[in-house]
Amino acid sequence: MKLLVCVSKTPETTTKIQLTPDQAALDERGVNYIMNPYDEWYALVRAMELKEAVGGTVTLLNVGPADNDAVIRKGLAIGADDAIRVDATEGGSLFIARQIAAQAKEGAYDIIFFGKETIDCNGSEVGAMVAELLDLAYVGDASKLEVNGTAATVTRDIEGGVQVVEVNTPFALSAAKGMAEQRIPNMRGIMMAKTKPLKVVPAVEASPTTRVQHYDLPPAKSAVRLIDPENMDELVRLLHEEAKVI
Amino acid sequence: MVLVFAEASNGKFKKAAFEAVTYGAKTAAALGTECHALTLGEADAAGELGRYGAQKVYHLNAPELATFDSAVYTAAIAGAAQAIGAKVIVLMHNSTGKNLVGRLAARLEAGSAPGVNALPKVEGGKFTVRKAVFSGKAFAEVEILTDYKIISLAGNSIPVEESGAAVAVESLNVALPAPKTKVLETKRAEGITPLPEAELVVSGGRGLKGPENWGVITDLADALGATTACSRPVADVHWRPHHEHVGQTGVAIRPNLYIAAGISGAIQHLAGVNSSKTIVVINKDPEAPFFKAADYGVVGDLFEVLPRLTEAIKKHKGV
Ligand SMILES: Cc1cc2nc3c(=O)[nH]c(=O)nc-3n(C[C@H](O)[C@H](O)[C@H](O)COP(=O)(O)OP(=O)(O)OC[C@H]3O[C@@H](n4cnc5c(N)ncnc54)[C@H](O)[C@@H]3O)c2cc1C
Ligand SMILES: Nc1ncnc2c1ncn2[C@@H]1O[C@H](COP(=O)(O)O)[C@@H](O)[C@H]1O
Repeated sequence: MKLLVCVSKTPETTTKIQLTPDQAALDERGVNYIMNPYDEWYALVRAMELKEAVGGTVTLLNVGPADNDAVIRKGLAIGADDAIRVDATEGGSLFIARQIAAQAKEGAYDIIFFGKETIDCNGSEVGAMVAELLDLAYVGDASKLEVNGTAATVTRDIEGGVQVVEVNTPFALSAAKGMAEQRIPNMRGIMMAKTKPLKVVPAVEASPTTRVQHYDLPPAKSAVRLIDPENMDELVRLLHEEAKVI
Repeated sequence: MVLVFAEASNGKFKKAAFEAVTYGAKTAAALGTECHALTLGEADAAGELGRYGAQKVYHLNAPELATFDSAVYTAAIAGAAQAIGAKVIVLMHNSTGKNLVGRLAARLEAGSAPGVNALPKVEGGKFTVRKAVFSGKAFAEVEILTDYKIISLAGNSIPVEESGAAVAVESLNVALPAPKTKVLETKRAEGITPLPEAELVVSGGRGLKGPENWGVITDLADALGATTACSRPVADVHWRPHHEHVGQTGVAIRPNLYIAAGISGAIQHLAGVNSSKTIVVINKDPEAPFFKAADYGVVGDLFEVLPRLTEAIKKHKGV
């Protein structure tokens, strides 16, 4: 099987978000970047498991600048065979999707894996965009994937439950928790990653469809109001009369 | 024109659908245009969407729409928007919406904003929406630059408002492609409000010490009519099911009330819950970081505090 895993780079999960003084961007000083957890833990690992079970190749794809190569190498260390980076600075979701679609079309992959969402943009939309651009079936928030030849059964998370869906290759999915277990790259993987092919290609033309005007931080919470642990009637009164939530 | 895709679940509309129509009606008013609603597949009493400000309601029902397929639903919504001349499309930011926003944006070459949490700003020809980014640690004001605009509304972001009356349901002619997926089975827990839709949530962390102690959490949840949740390590060691895990890498929630017991308040946990309107933290450690994010705090042993709170709730409700 030819498998494509789209990976993005996000600030590490413990990052305390601070903004530049003009609030136009994230203040990147001191920010560590990682591979987006959904892309790494679930999408990439499930793709690796499939490759191990039925044979084939796992290709990584990232749209971004040369700084992203470290994150891509980590994916190669986890076990992907090769990687493509579309050389571009951030251009919005549809821009990214067009880049991915152009590469995916060329590669004729059986399954295109995405993460459920990036933990910085929280878009949960790039995968669906690519599916539409390539006229493919798409299953979002997939927590289980079983493949049998060209047929696949995908379980997707829905509110309060799951839906089991049958689909044929080629198709695209976004991976959520449950799909696989995180893998830590070993020394051999890290050494091998250094020599695996990472192809850099130019971006295709696409104009932006959205623009972030500015960012802001949530208003600081006023100090917590402490309630006597013996007096839960008082807490209930406050929740009813002051917060008006019960 | 604004078109709202109002999803029915098992034929019934939930609060989130009324929120989306309310949002669409207010957006249409700001743009000086009309708001129309569309529903697909099985739906009872679709004309009721008129109460929330939809001037027209369209209902499409065809065999292809009986179960969800993102390609077919996208064709239906985009086709309807084109047929009636709607440029702004509003969806609900739920599992269905997340499968559709991107497809619609690609199909209509539109700018999109998934998970907006406030009404758009419409000034000087600019259309700007607000959404959470960095998993709730910040917000972005996003200008949509294209003619078509696709947005999905995060649940519990705006109050439902009645501003009209039920209308007659109309049908529309839209060409549908063959589905690319086949739904084999849908499994839902009965009787419990799913976490993403819950207004009241009671959550437990490692401070509970073990799954056998969860009665103090479920008793309080039952007394309140709340949904239960948990921190990630609790789900990881299988004390609780995975779908209860909230936080940056779990379900992101925005209920009216979030009660957290025995949870320290790590940044990744807060990321998924800090959009809650009111947060109550119960922890025996007064230094627990969660208190900084809380509205009300109780410093004490959860095994004593939770049963007391449950009794106080029952007393308040008169049971
Ligand atoms: C990449 C990444 C992603 C993550 N994503 C998430 C996520 O999505 N969601 C999430 O929750 N975590 C996430 N985490 C984990 C997070 O960092 C914390 O480890 C986790 O939230 C801690 O869970 P906890 O608060 O239940 O446990 P602990 O941190 O162990 O806290 C237990 C608390 O219970 C209190 N306590 C103990 N006994 C009692 C008692 N009898 N009465 C009252 N209080 C008591 C203690 O004082 C303590 O504050 C993530 C971590 C990483 C690295
Ligand atoms: N710059 C990028 N390069 C490659 N894949 C990406 C990029 N951005 C997003 N993706 C993929 O699309 C998924 C959803 O992203 P988003 O729509 O931003 O939440 C991610 O989990 C990745 O799999």
